[in-house]
Amino acid sequence: MHEAAIAENTIEAILAQAPKKGSRAVRVVISCGQMNAINDEAMKFAFDAAADGTICQGAKLKIKHIPLKAGCNNCRKKFSLDLYDPKCPKCGKSDFSIGDDAPLLLEEIEFEEK
Amino acid sequence: MRIKVNKKILAKNEDFAAANRKFFQKNNILCINMISSPGSGKTTILEKTAKALKNKVNMAIIEGDLYTKLDAERILATGVKAVQIETKGSCHLTAEQITNTLHKLDTSRLDIIVIENVGNLVCPSDFDLGEEIRTVVLSTAEGDDKCKKYPNSFAQADVLLINKIDLVKHLDFDIKKVKRDARKLNKDLKIFEISAKTTAGMDKWFKWLIKTKR
Repeated sequence: MHEAAIAENTIEAILAQAPKKGSRAVRVVISCGQMNAINDEAMKFAFDAAADGTICQGAKLKIKHIPLKAGCNNCRKKFSLDLYDPKCPKCGKSDFSIGDDAPLLLEEIEFEEK
Repeated sequence: MRIKVNKKILAKNEDFAAANRKFFQKNNILCINMISSPGSGKTTILEKTAKALKNKVNMAIIEGDLYTKLDAERILATGVKAVQIETKGSCHLTAEQITNTLHKLDTSRLDIIVIENVGNLVCPSDFDLGEEIRTVVLSTAEGDDKCKKYPNSFAQADVLLINKIDLVKHLDFDIKKVKRDARKLNKDLKIFEISAKTTAGMDKWFKWLIKTKR
């Protein structure tokens, strides 16, 4: 359940962005790569738990999964790699070069208008 | 009011990891982060490694567990330095915990530090500790489908130790399939087939460690 630690880090990062004391976050967008193995349900559960009693309590969390880009060394096709089925979708070979995976990112926060 | 942030969520961990990496490089220490499921034999591998190499290499082991100091005690019994981190329930080690542990360790003249992560094939992969080499241990009793089920851990590793090969004759474990699946995810993966219990194949791992240390 690494989502718990990620949720805590997310809340800390949001608190650092609060425009003024008492601003409440209502919507939060994060993104992750394929290597992070983020499960949406676990992440939302962990986020709600970590948000409890903070300015993020009740905020809606959106999680974007960024594809992992790969290039086939056999047929040169560029594709998004599925780690659970690691092969080129065109030629079926499992000889490819993987690009950099997207980091866990706090993309956007919407604070309540007062 | 909408704010675009675009900041790394694990920035704090990455900062500590970068500091650790710098420390290891400056002090010519090879740092290995060892990841696996619970019970794959990480501690036994390290016990045998400590015994075999203690007169050739200056080693220290950092042990990560949820609770107990049992693993550090096993390493200390071999005569090699060991420090235990108890995460008190957390499923992975963080770079900050390693930074704090390095302060407790006499790191002068050390060649190798191995960090035995908390037994877990998912969570530790997300947390860079500042290591130079990431090693995954897979034991034959766990089954030969693990690369497919936990691709993240294998895709991000430098070395794979397939442990408990002495049990293969009792199991339906296809070593060739595991190596094939692992290399699909990670074509540069260095693979050793070992049994920490019988020490079969361990000499190659020892030689590799000695060659790889600075």
